Amino acid sequence: FYLTPPQVNSILKANEYSFKVPEFDGKNISSVLGFDSNQLPANAPIEDRRSAATCLQTRGMLLGVFDGHAGCACAQAVSERLFYYIAVSLLPHETLLEIENAVESGRALLPILQWHKHPNDYFSKEASKLYFNSLRTYWQELIDLNSGETTDVKEALINAFKRLDNDISLEAQVGDPNSFLNYLVLRVAFSGATACVAHVDGIDLHIANTGDSRAMLGVQEEDGSWSAVNLSYDHNAQNEHEVERVKMEHPKSEEKSLVKQDRLLGLLMPFRAFGDVKFKWSIELQKRVVESGPDQLNDNEYTKFIPPNYHTPPYLTAEPEVIHHKLRPQDKFLVLATDGLWETMHRQDVARIVGEYLTGVHHQQPIAVGGYKVTLGQMHGLLTERRARISSVFEDQNAATHLIRHAVGNNEFGTVDHERLSKMLSLPEELARMYRDDITIIVVQFNSHVIGACQNEE
Amino acid sequence: AARMLLRLLSDVRWRAANPKWRRMTCSRQSTSNTAEPHPVSLPAQAQVVICGGGIMGTSVAYHLSKMGWKDIVLLEQGRLAAGTTRFCAGIVSTARHASIELKMADYSNKLYQQLEQETGVKTGYMKTGSVSLAQTQDRLISLKRIASSLNVMGIPCEIITPKQVAQLHPLINIHDLVGAMYVPEDALVSSANVSLALATAASRNGVQIHERTSVSHVSVQKGRVTGVETDRGQIQCQYFVNCAGQWAYELGHSGEEPVNIPLHACEHFYLLTHPLKEPLASNLPTIVDPDGRIYIRNWQGGILSGGFEKNPKPLFTEGRNQLEIQNLQEDWDHFEPLLSALLRRMPDLETLQIMQLVNCPESFTPDMRCIMGESPTVRGYFVLAGMNSAGISYGGGAGKYLAEWMVNGYPSENVWPLDLKRFGTLQSSRTFLRHRVMEVMPLMCDLKVPRWDFQTGRQLRTSPLYDRLDAQGARWMEKHGFERVKYFVPPGKDLLDLDQSKTFYKPDWFDIVGSEVKCCKEAVCVIDMSSFTKFEISSTGDQALESLQYLFSNDLDVPVGHVVHTGMLNEKGGYENDCSIARLSKRSFFMISPTDQQVHCWAWLKNRLPEDSNLTMEDVTWKYTALNLIGPRAVNVLSELSYAPITPEHFPSLFCKEMSVGYANGIRVMSITHTGEPGFMLYIPIEYALHVYNEVMNMGQKYGIRNAGYYALRSLRIEKFFAFWGQDLDAFTTPMECGREFQVKLEKGMQFVGQEALLEQKQNGVYKRFTMFILEDHDTDTDLWPWWGEPIFRNGRYVGKTTSSAYSYTLERHVCLGFVQHFDEQTGEELVVTTDFINQGEYEINIAGQRFQAKAKLYPFSSLFAHRRRKDEVELSGYQRE
Repeated sequence: FYLTPPQVNSILKANEYSFKVPEFDGKNISSVLGFDSNQLPANAPIEDRRSAATCLQTRGMLLGVFDGHAGCACAQAVSERLFYYIAVSLLPHETLLEIENAVESGRALLPILQWHKHPNDYFSKEASKLYFNSLRTYWQELIDLNSGETTDVKEALINAFKRLDNDISLEAQVGDPNSFLNYLVLRVAFSGATACVAHVDGIDLHIANTGDSRAMLGVQEEDGSWSAVNLSYDHNAQNEHEVERVKMEHPKSEEKSLVKQDRLLGLLMPFRAFGDVKFKWSIELQKRVVESGPDQLNDNEYTKFIPPNYHTPPYLTAEPEVIHHKLRPQDKFLVLATDGLWETMHRQDVARIVGEYLTGVHHQQPIAVGGYKVTLGQMHGLLTERRARISSVFEDQNAATHLIRHAVGNNEFGTVDHERLSKMLSLPEELARMYRDDITIIVVQFNSHVIGACQNEE
Repeated sequence: AARMLLRLLSDVRWRAANPKWRRMTCSRQSTSNTAEPHPVSLPAQAQVVICGGGIMGTSVAYHLSKMGWKDIVLLEQGRLAAGTTRFCAGIVSTARHASIELKMADYSNKLYQQLEQETGVKTGYMKTGSVSLAQTQDRLISLKRIASSLNVMGIPCEIITPKQVAQLHPLINIHDLVGAMYVPEDALVSSANVSLALATAASRNGVQIHERTSVSHVSVQKGRVTGVETDRGQIQCQYFVNCAGQWAYELGHSGEEPVNIPLHACEHFYLLTHPLKEPLASNLPTIVDPDGRIYIRNWQGGILSGGFEKNPKPLFTEGRNQLEIQNLQEDWDHFEPLLSALLRRMPDLETLQIMQLVNCPESFTPDMRCIMGESPTVRGYFVLAGMNSAGISYGGGAGKYLAEWMVNGYPSENVWPLDLKRFGTLQSSRTFLRHRVMEVMPLMCDLKVPRWDFQTGRQLRTSPLYDRLDAQGARWMEKHGFERVKYFVPPGKDLLDLDQSKTFYKPDWFDIVGSEVKCCKEAVCVIDMSSFTKFEISSTGDQALESLQYLFSNDLDVPVGHVVHTGMLNEKGGYENDCSIARLSKRSFFMISPTDQQVHCWAWLKNRLPEDSNLTMEDVTWKYTALNLIGPRAVNVLSELSYAPITPEHFPSLFCKEMSVGYANGIRVMSITHTGEPGFMLYIPIEYALHVYNEVMNMGQKYGIRNAGYYALRSLRIEKFFAFWGQDLDAFTTPMECGREFQVKLEKGMQFVGQEALLEQKQNGVYKRFTMFILEDHDTDTDLWPWWGEPIFRNGRYVGKTTSSAYSYTLERHVCLGFVQHFDEQTGEELVVTTDFINQGEYEINIAGQRFQAKAKLYPFSSLFAHRRRKDEVELSGYQRE
């Protein structure tokens, strides 16, 4: 059976979310105009997460996509917690003190983040107290450490990533008297998640990436065409530097067993991730935690299983690679997406499709018959397809949705084929994962005028 | 890519044809210049210089030389027939709506048919016929209207069934058709070769042709052409003909004295294919599918198919040289709707191989009619351009008319609908043209319904009352850029429905206009008529009176304060203008003419008034707002507002007086209306307009005043048998032919233009007679409405065409006005039309193929008048205009 176009649309649009940065006095002073995000599940439940928030005590905006594996617990926790860790890392000493004093005296806390969430993006209520305590310990340490220097964004991002991963690990080791929470923190630690986070402040764009999600900048060339600039490196077996790094960190004797079948220890696709304590803890620690843990954990074959050739942990880190980019007026948008998108589409196509969508100009290469033998019928078919491509643009109010439509529905000609789209979306749950991965996309649109003005100031 | 076509279409034939005329020009040159035959140097002077070697330029040269003018130079910037002429589809189609266009196309067809024999140049002429398809009943009505026009002109044409269409063309899909029109004598030509054949014949007659010579500008002295400046030197000349096609606008603006030629180019696409497996016969009819917006002709065993899309692409807005014509891109995505229509019409073509998509820019004009005639500002500067993609169909006829115009002073047919002077500077803004042609080009295929208004380029000229009237529900139409009210939609009516009243039947404003008419007859209405052209002519001595007495047929030597209705006639006694003139003082006159006379009348008078600094003429159109108070209570309203006696004793009919209305002083009040109803025209200096309007509306309340529009006016004037210049009257109609002898004073003591012709008519009788027809068996609710251009039949024989029509709410019948001629039954010779001839006939009006009985009348119904007046007085106001 086939899904009708409205049915297809309702599936594609179920998780779409858009945010426009409000204007002040008719002017938008942020370099970000707004963003569109969306996700399409393949796993049930979906293991991807996304987050977006505006920093309230410092300037800037945070956006991130998180791709979970071995369950969604870790991705969920990271999506809730990471931005707080980053925001706190960026806060000046006085603000940290102010916040600590407020907590100490039970006064109202300064809000740190303003979240931009889709109704389906939930936060765990039960764990909030636990998470808060860990965060508070972090800022207390930052207060004690007061270096007096202004915070470097890159450093802050790295610290925040590492600290959160550390806290996830510690919480699992310590456990919690509440059995639900105890089980939760263990699930978080034993599952894993990659993270690709952007911090935009004026013309400073920082991308912190851990794992194989990707950040890509859409650049409009002078002739109006679109090109893509990568702002992150995948941490997987295809990245030579990453393979090199892993090999450097372990004795030469393990060289052959470290990466097998393009996976870390023959098991894990991303070479960096949050959680995944099975690749971080010593065998003793793992055994102790699992044995003392709740029965569910104990009975789980996966958690009990120790990776082969596990000699010199940790094999995995959550430390991100941070790329700093100064935004230019030609940088029109940023795409953050989990590997579900990048597996199906080349970044150049992503840049073009989003670029054309955002500018409303559908710069299709004109067709020329030249010396080819083309019949009227063939030409007609081609032209109607091209027209469908344009009309599909008008169907979507969200750039991320538009991208997903292409990622799932594109045929060999690079145009959306409704039949294919319908087939891909109507796959039964158990089959869906075979044909596609969870896809999560955030498209951030920049304000070229503001960027141009900022540039001139510098 | 286009270069390939260049080769394909005509290079082979070009070479075959080219040496012929080149040899001739060379041999002629060799007598004078044996040493260096190439390049031939330009002559220092010539009588006529024609710029443009396309179909228009060569056709003008051909016809001028045939009429005996020999001293002609034709300049072409590239090579002959290399522009739009080379790329166009070569379809000669006589299926045209306007009768002058129809005549031009018919003449062209006949000319091309014998051209090969005459010149020896192969023109590729092939009589294929054409089939215009109708997918809807409305379209079929439109085709039937054309068919009835063609038939009375003697052009074979029939309405056929879809099945007959299938028999005429093997590939056509007929399942969605309701009918079609077949014109068996339509033809195909190689347009470039027709142009070369015309050039060859012209060259034989002595016309010098110079290629690769471009005109940079035209020199003008004292308002006359004196020569042209080219990149190869100067030529002195008396006449210049601008046939520069899509470059005509720019060329017109290149000189010091600009000549406005409002046209704008749009890209036009057509497709060429390889031959079919079984190549198509070369005599297969051309298919026109207006509902699919396409035309399809056979082309070298394959097809050539193009069309007029809904979203045209205008180009060259900023001028030329941004893009060479040869480098224009094919745009397949743009062509997609037309390709879909083609495959829907001929599904079997799916497997046919594409040869090329040709991008051939065409120029379009603001009203979809071509532009010909002499510039109103520069004498001797003629123009023939803006063919709206029918250049080949019109080429022959248009060239002939222009040649006649130059040689004889006026063409042999009324070409006012095509006259350059119907436009002024106001239509030559590039922005206006760009927007308007985007509306005009799709119109090529749109249904032509009565009372159609352009949507673009509007609100250019408006009355100061525009906003007030608009707020009261005014619906607008445009004339010469001026917004005029059609009617007022009462509050509470559904406006959307009203705006989309495209129908051949009873329109939805029927009752609205009916109530406005009723108010005009029973109470009082106010109509804003500010669009009228208004001139003031004055002098220090008697020069104004003397000149006007010579130029106008009525006697203008009347007491100060009188208004005279008079024709401005040409030498043949035909109406160049129909106007009313008020004598403001001994030495100054105020002249009111139809809106679209602004340019023509000005040029006509300018060219004929003596050069005298003591005689001045001023266009004061913009200075006055004109309000028409119409109806039996108008007199009450006016007298209450002015505290002046307005009784017939103090203010007789056809009288003009300056008086105060409300607080405003100096309002020119005239006791005339344009419908025969009692009433007044108020000419108000514009700053008083709002005040006077408000006063009139307030005071009028107790007399039941309301706003009315031009549709009401039209109904009133037609039921009163008032002719209107531009619609019923033209340069080929004399006052004698429309019962207006009383507006001619043959013995006013001095000569006037047209006098001789009128005297002769008075003696010998007239050959056509303006007649009023009342439709008898016509059902207003269910039958097709008459429009204009419907053939009139007397005792079953064709005698003429209608010129305007309206529903008379008083008679509750349709009234058509038109001219009746008398053709000898055997010879077809035109005979004198007598009153008896008119009165003793049984008449029928043919509306889209259906004949309705009609009663003919030569005089208006006197019983219609609410106000009894003396009969001569009625006739005195027997004048109207819209």
